[in-house]
Parts: sequence; structure tokens; C-alpha cells
Amino acid sequence: MANVLALAEQRDGKLKKVSEEVVSAARTLADALGGRVEALVLGPAGVADVAAGLARFGADRIWAVEHDAFAKYEPDGFAQAVSERVRADDYFAVLFPADSLGKDLAPRVAARLDLPLATDATALSVADGELIITRPVYAGRAFARVVLEATPRLVSLRPNVFRPEERPRAGEVQRLEATTSPEQWRVRMRELVAASAARPDVGEASIIVSGGRGLQSPEHWHLLEALCEAMGPQCTLGASRAVVDAGWRPHAEQVGQTGKTVQPQLYIAVGISGAMQHLAGMRSAKTIVAINKDPDAPIFKVADYGIVGDAFEVLPRLTEEVRKLRGQ
Amino acid sequence: MKIVTCIKRVPDTEARLKIAAGRDIDAAGLKFIISPYDEFAVEAALQLREAKGGGEVIVVSVGEAAAAEQLRAALALGADRAVLLEAPPTLDGLVTARALAAELKDANADLYLFGMKAADDDQQQVGPMVAELLGLPCVTVVAELELGDGKILCHREVEGGIEVVEAPLPAVVTITKGKYEPRYPSLKGIMAAKKKPLEEKEAAAGPSRVRLLDLSHPPERPPGKVVGQGADAVPELLRLLREEAKAL
Ligand SMILES: Cc1cc2nc3c(=O)[nH]c(=O)nc-3n(C[C@H](O)[C@H](O)[C@H](O)COP(=O)(O)OP(=O)(O)OC[C@H]3O[C@@H](n4cnc5c(N)ncnc54)[C@H](O)[C@@H]3O)c2cc1C
Ligand SMILES: Nc1ncnc2c1ncn2[C@@H]1O[C@H](COP(=O)(O)O)[C@@H](O)[C@H]1O
Repeated sequence: MANVLALAEQRDGKLKKVSEEVVSAARTLADALGGRVEALVLGPAGVADVAAGLARFGADRIWAVEHDAFAKYEPDGFAQAVSERVRADDYFAVLFPADSLGKDLAPRVAARLDLPLATDATALSVADGELIITRPVYAGRAFARVVLEATPRLVSLRPNVFRPEERPRAGEVQRLEATTSPEQWRVRMRELVAASAARPDVGEASIIVSGGRGLQSPEHWHLLEALCEAMGPQCTLGASRAVVDAGWRPHAEQVGQTGKTVQPQLYIAVGISGAMQHLAGMRSAKTIVAINKDPDAPIFKVADYGIVGDAFEVLPRLTEEVRKLRGQ
Repeated sequence: MKIVTCIKRVPDTEARLKIAAGRDIDAAGLKFIISPYDEFAVEAALQLREAKGGGEVIVVSVGEAAAAEQLRAALALGADRAVLLEAPPTLDGLVTARALAAELKDANADLYLFGMKAADDDQQQVGPMVAELLGLPCVTVVAELELGDGKILCHREVEGGIEVVEAPLPAVVTITKGKYEPRYPSLKGIMAAKKKPLEEKEAAAGPSRVRLLDLSHPPERPPGKVVGQGADAVPELLRLLREEAKAL
């Protein structure tokens, strides 16, 4: 009853980083309750070996459901398999990643099991044996602390917030037979049109270089790309809605209320004024840097460090200095 | 083509929110709108109806009596009729989903559209929950829809790209920002909306199992500093990022 189940995720035969976060959060929670951590992974043949790595982050047991149809995410099969595992035991809580897979999957599982669900949590704590969930509401303009009055408590965790921590456990791997028949799945993925495969998604990157209307035209984006390149493989590009609406950048890069909510270590806003709806998406970044020629731009109110200046002068210098720093 | 679109009344996303007694948003003086993603969903429904050269768009909302305002706004945009399921506000998405599912189980629509998430509770769950309760296939976070013969092709935004996903009709789809830029209501639309049917009834809403402990403002960020002017400030910025923020 004090055990916690953590949904882990593989992609292309590798565990996603968010899985380490979810298992680590489950470990912390289980320790507070005096319970065990079980991880659940779905994937093609061989995923059990990949999932064994979760022992390092504190999984006492790892359930691996292997089926070649689980190589990619299709909701019907995943919802069925996950619901079966949750039903099979008495868990105190089940934790999902609040990434695109978890956000799609968790509500389906919740409805199947008739359980309430708290999504996109940014903190968990235990008081008097009860799980207290903190989650942003009103696009980050407020935080709600809630309790779920049902067992198990279903919660999804915002990526990049919970720290992966190595606390090795036995991580005994248990393979489960997949009982699903893919022919019966109704929702089928036909194609994945990959964005820039070289860079992480803006929702997952630890450094984001984000551009706004202050860059004046899409031809100037090479300046941001060069900075992003210099920052290394953990860096990706973001954008304000103004430049997405103008068609300069794809919507996948948009940060803010109608774009993505991001929580990187470092967010560099260039030529972005800092409208409320933009702040909604990035105000919980660990460190915020603003580069803007208007000293009164609202972005400076949330920025830890600001440079008042012309992006076209500041960016090349910044790129050059970052390259030096990183020994390129 | 019959399309149902579920919309929610939410506070204006630009409004400064005041929290009353650590529990509630102070609604005094607050402007309310159709949740932005739901507006995209309404637009998608209207465009699909127009592309088909006919059909019916029904808008449904669960909420307090005041939500009639947002339903009228959707009628003014071009929806044909509206249903208001009256219920007190809840933080439990499954309660809302059950109320919607009870209303929609005999709707016989081809498509049930939702916003990707509501701009107040940010749960991102009601659409797929309704789908499960109705036993319908569901595709979430869709930027663009193509109607085929008895099926839909959805462009779904995920990390690292766009998935092209197929599902048979009837289906539930949740809409993100993409192809469907909301239109403005015309004066004619606003006048016509006054005569369109808006049915109000009690929602079949059960008890909430999400208990709110408190609501608070986000932690204030400590006041930042302007490092300097222009490119000359760059070395100092990098020093601070490395030594003070440990961000590099
Ligand atoms: C319902 C709704 C949802 C929304 N959702 C989002 C969202 O998800 N994300 C989002 O970003 N916005 C969103 N918006 C839009 C938001 O309100 C702003 O309009 C938008 O963020 C402005 O983008 P911007 O900062 O790039 O442009 P602007 O506000 O035009 O700012 C440009 C900035 O660049 C600076 N600048 C100009 N030239 C230079 C230069 N040479 N060097 C340096 N700085 C320069 C200017 O001083 C200015 O501050 C939403 C709005 C609504 C109503
Ligand atoms: N009270 C409601 N009435 C009608 N539709 C709703 C309501 N709450 C949520 N929805 C729909 O479900 C979507 C997701 O909401 P949520 O899961 O609350 O983020 C919204 O964009 C709406 O389309």
C-alpha cells in the first residue's frame, strides 16, 4: 500500500531522461512512506535490458512489457497495458512523466480506472501519510496544492523539475506478457515527421536561446543558431508567439501560454518584450537572461541578468565568448 | 457532418489574478473568455463544417450560469446551437468529463473537439477522459485535421516533431494552436446568436475527489540586475552565469 509505481519511457532503445526523474521522485516518495518503487516500461523486445538501468535511480523492481508494437507510442495498447499493471497491485501512487506521451496516456488510464488525476506537478510532499501535490494553474500565474482522495493517486510530473538522483536498488527485472492485439488498436501512427533531430525539444532542453520580434526578420535567426550551437547539444531554440504567428519559426518552438511551458536551467530571451503570456511559459526557468534594447521591457522584471542593448551587437559577441569558454 | 465542441469559461489570460483567502481567484472586475485552445477547437469545427458544405456545430459547456456568455460568443462565431450543463466549479477533471460524457453519449456526432487544455486549471485531461468514457478513439494535441472517408488524419505535435495519426470516426480530438486561427464575430453573427437555441440544464456531476489545500502566487523571482549596456557587458554576464548562477 505504500508502494509507488513509476512509468518509464524508452525511445529508440534508450531510456528517456525524464524516466530517471520520475523514478527518482518515486524513490523519494516511497522512502517517505516506507514503501517500494516499481518501474513500468513498455517497449519492443529488448526493452527489459534497457530498463534495468532504472535500478540505479532507485527501482526495487522493474516491470517490462515487451511487444514489438510498443516500439512507438500508440495510445490504445499503452492505456490497456498500463491500466492492467496498475490494477494488478495496490499502489499508493502512480507517477507518469508529463511529456507528450504521459500527457496523452495518464488521463486515459485515469478514466479507465475511475481515478482522479493531477497533471504536470512541480512538487510532491508527504504530510501525515498523505501526498500533497503542487501544480501550476492559470498558466503559472498561481500554484495550487491539492490532495487526491482516491487510491492509487495518479500524478504526472513536469519534466526538468524533479532531479535524477542515483540511489541504487536491486531493480529485479520482471518481464510481462503483453496481452494486447495491435490489429484492434484504433488510433494508429502513420508517420513521424521529425523536427531537427539534432536538438532536444524546447520542452526538454536544459538551455534555451529564444528569439522574439526584436530580431526583425527570419533571416537573422542564424545569430541565435550560432549561439545555440556554441552552447552545446543541451541547447535548443525557442520563440515568442509573435514570430511564430509571423511564420518565421515553427509552432513547436513557441514558448508561452499557447506554446510550451519550459523549465530549463538557463533561458536566454533575445528581443522578446516579456508579455504575460510569454512569461507564463518560462518564468520558472532556473536562470533567465534578457537581451533587449528597451530598458523598460517587462522581460527585465523576471530576468536574473539583463543586457540593455542591440541584439545584433550583443549576440555575435556572446557567441564568441561562449565558444572561448567552452574551448571551441 | 455533426461536430460537438466543448468549451470552458476562463479568466482572461492577460488579467492580473488576485487570490482571495488563499483559495480562490477573486472574480471581481475580471473579464472572462472562451479558453484560448477551445477557441481554436471552435474554429476547427466551423472550418470543417464549411469544407463539408453543411452540417451542425454544437457547443457544450459545463459550468455556472455565467458560462452562457461564452456559449453565446461561440454561437456568434457560427456554431448552430449550445448546451449549458450547470454545475459548480470543480478541480476534478473526471467530474467534468463524466458530466460531458453523460450529455454526449447519445449525441451521435462524427467528431468531438476539445481544447488541448483549459487555461485555468491547466489539467490537459478532460478530452481523453471523455473519449474513454464514451469508448471512442482519441487523438490529442492536434494542430491540423484532414477528413477522410470515415476517418481522420491528425497532425499531432509531440517532442521532436509531428506525428501523423489516423483514427476512425466518430472520434475525439483535442486541438492545439496550429492551422485554426480564430475568426472574429461579425455584427450579423452577434445578432443571429441571440436567436440560436441555448439549452440550459443541470449537469450530471458527481462529487470532486480533488481537494484544494491552498492557492498561492508563484514565488517572486528575486530582483534581477542589469549587467550593462551593449556588447561590452558580455564578459561580465558570462562571469555571473558561471560563478553566481552556475548556469554554464
Ligand atoms: C490568448 C493569448 C495567448 C498568447 N500566447 C502566447 C505564447 O504562448 N507565447 C508568446 O510568446 N506570446 C503569446 N501571446 C502573445 C503575447 O501577448 C505577445 O504579443 C508576444 O509574446 C510578443 O512577442 P515578442 O516579445 O516577440 O514581440 P514584441 O512584444 O513586439 O517585443 C519585441 C521586443 O524586441 C525588442 N527589440 C526590438 N529591436 C531589438 C533589437 N535590435 N535588439 C534587442 N531587442 C530589440 C523590443 O524592445 C521589444 O521588447 C499570447 C497572446 C494571447 C492574447
Ligand atoms: N467545464 C468545462 N466545460 C466544457 N468543456 C470543458 C470544461 N472543462 C474542460 N473542458 C474541455 O476539456 C479541455 C481540456 O480541459 P482540462 O483538462 O481542464 O485542461 C478544454 O480545453 C475544453 O475543451
